[in-house]
Amino acid sequence: MRTWYSTDQEAIDSAFGAFFEAESPIEAVRAAEPGGFDPELWASLAAMGGAGMALPEDRGGGDASLTDLAVVTRQLGRHLAPVPLIEHSVACRLLAATAAGPSSAEPRQGEAAPTAVAVESGADPGLAKPLLAAESGAGPDLEALLGELGTGDRIATFTLRPVAGGWGPMTPAGAVAGAVVGFDGADLVLDLSEPPAEAVANTADLPLADRDMTGATVIASGPEAARLWAGARAEWQALMATACAGLAARAIELAVAYVMERRQFGVPVGSFQAVQHGLAEAAVRAEGGRLLAHRAAWALDAARPDGQRLAAMALVFCAESARFAADRSLQYHGGYGYSAEYDVQLYYRRAAGWPLQMGEPAALVAELADRDLGPPSEPATTTGAVTGAKARPEAARVGKADG
Amino acid sequence: MDFSLPPEAEEFRRQVKDFLAANLTEEMIEATRDGTIHSPDLHRAMAERGWLSGAVPAELGGGGMDPVELCVLIEELQLHRAPIDALGVAIVTVSMILEHGGARLQETVVPRLLAGEALACFGYSEPESGSDVAAARTRAVRDGDEWVIDGSKMWTTMAHVADYVVLLTRTDPDVPKHDGLTFFVVPLDTPGIEIRPVATMGTERSNATFYDGVRLGGEWRLGAVNGGWGVMKTALKYERGIAGGQFPSPPVIEAAVDWARRTTDGAGRRLIDRDDVRDRLVRAMIDTEVARSFAYHTAALASDGVMFGVEGSMTKLFASEAYKRHCSWFLDLMGAEGLRAGPEAHMGGRIEENFRHAPVTAIYGGTSEINRNIVAESHLGLPRAR
Repeated sequence: MRTWYSTDQEAIDSAFGAFFEAESPIEAVRAAEPGGFDPELWASLAAMGGAGMALPEDRGGGDASLTDLAVVTRQLGRHLAPVPLIEHSVACRLLAATAAGPSSAEPRQGEAAPTAVAVESGADPGLAKPLLAAESGAGPDLEALLGELGTGDRIATFTLRPVAGGWGPMTPAGAVAGAVVGFDGADLVLDLSEPPAEAVANTADLPLADRDMTGATVIASGPEAARLWAGARAEWQALMATACAGLAARAIELAVAYVMERRQFGVPVGSFQAVQHGLAEAAVRAEGGRLLAHRAAWALDAARPDGQRLAAMALVFCAESARFAADRSLQYHGGYGYSAEYDVQLYYRRAAGWPLQMGEPAALVAELADRDLGPPSEPATTTGAVTGAKARPEAARVGKADG
Repeated sequence: MDFSLPPEAEEFRRQVKDFLAANLTEEMIEATRDGTIHSPDLHRAMAERGWLSGAVPAELGGGGMDPVELCVLIEELQLHRAPIDALGVAIVTVSMILEHGGARLQETVVPRLLAGEALACFGYSEPESGSDVAAARTRAVRDGDEWVIDGSKMWTTMAHVADYVVLLTRTDPDVPKHDGLTFFVVPLDTPGIEIRPVATMGTERSNATFYDGVRLGGEWRLGAVNGGWGVMKTALKYERGIAGGQFPSPPVIEAAVDWARRTTDGAGRRLIDRDDVRDRLVRAMIDTEVARSFAYHTAALASDGVMFGVEGSMTKLFASEAYKRHCSWFLDLMGAEGLRAGPEAHMGGRIEENFRHAPVTAIYGGTSEINRNIVAESHLGLPRAR
């Protein structure tokens, strides 16, 4: 049991920390607004292997585990690095798994056989043949695509939320990704069209775009598609949770530096206990979120049954704790925190924007509820058969009888 | 990073579960209604298993149970609602005596505590000093070979069933407060000691203890004269070694889920089907996983030989505040029925009882405010503010 970084992970952490420190200073974050993407930073990241990190070794990738990727995405969060590394990494893993074919799924006995595109292309699914355009005569050449993704020449993303009416609205990194995976009906689909020139104007200056998915090709179907999609969502949740934890920690550091310098009533603002306790509370939540997020990434790596549960929990908690940390930090900056000149506003907007790309937090909580409590039964039709006056004594009786 | 518990700890968890299935009875849990959160039978059974001596650090001659296993032990005990107020006190007291005590204490008190035959309680707080524990005023004055103790202590919980009180006294009032403190292990049957019950809002009975000309031989002194603060620091160290006690919420969540499944609201809708109810249940489960992450983290650090500090404060602060929040939510969930107390109430009034108990957890063993001070100073590097 080791709840802290391994020696290798410490090396990854310091390497990427130094990289973002040098290549993604806060000026670069500002310069990348409003589009939310820094092509030079992406190129440098790709040059050091960042773009292909998540791909398997036999695809020329770094074969990084989620636990390792989480080390990098936490640093990304600290530096607000304007590169879509999380979406790209998760989409890379998703596409590599799709290309590897359904055999990697190891479906349980009795489960319906996965029907990936390999089936449609006439190949025997048992052979787990990679999907090749040359063989099928249709659909994307995943092999070639993975090559482009590994070098960073093409950016991949996925819509996070199911495709609706042929659209992937507010697709993360949709403004820069040349490969977009979506979940449409029961199919995993891939769109390889050129990204739009501009991002949708948005709160957090993220490279969001509404993507037209009508020309997308089916790359997996049925239970296999659903499994891959659920896995990708969980991976994004765990990695985004670590990014939020990094963001929160850095927002608190900004506040600490500011309140020690800023003097009011003749003393540093940071000497006031009200300020200290607000920051301490934020630090505790950030630290708890950090641990849960890393634990979730580890659980997904280890294919533990609670991996997806922990990932969703980590995102819900880290999203809230990042927003709380940014809020306390901005508050203790006083009026300057609200000004565009100070950096904390950059953190404040991203603390909201980053996790919200997954959609309404309540929907994530509802998913967790379905998982742990079972799905809710249909709302009772109030025909008057059960009245409030009748229900109350009933509740009391049940309560007593149970004792 | 690897968050998997070692196989030995998983195996130990199975042993603890088996032990509880065989030894913990509903009667033991219900017996705590008299205010004493302690079961002599359960305590002795744990001692017989060697878990008390096992939990004492190896460098002191104890079993040196891995802190991760100790965490698992306390997690399972709490998940099963076992009354364990005496457990941590025994382990910490023995550790303190083995590190600082003389031969008499080590030879007479330690074996009795480890066998579960005798119990100890802590005498740190006073009517005038709680969080400012070093401000203790209970006097110990040397008289020949003896010491004479006068003063009073608050929150000496368990004193009415305990055999010893680990007493923090002032031996020199003329030096800075941290430099004039001395510890004693005082047999509670020594003449001059009076124990008065302190009723609480929760289920516990606590005590105030009064010391009027209590005479003790020097062999009962624990550590150097005026070296009490150093002993206190090691006590805190051993308390942190017991990196558990952070799992009070799950039994409450269990009761809330049970209630929500059985109960319909005024509109005839099952509570468990309502979004607002599901939201709170899930958030309580998320908090529980955060607390578990904290607890395993501190245990893993301790297991690795790291003497953690601020991590313990964070863990305790988060878990106790979350527990309070959950009790409040789920009391609300039950509406007026939530007020029903006693054995006839839903699941023996579990939520109601926890609601009354929860506030003390954010107070004892370091208040939330003290812990925020510690986080602000040690973790964030902010100046001392009090």
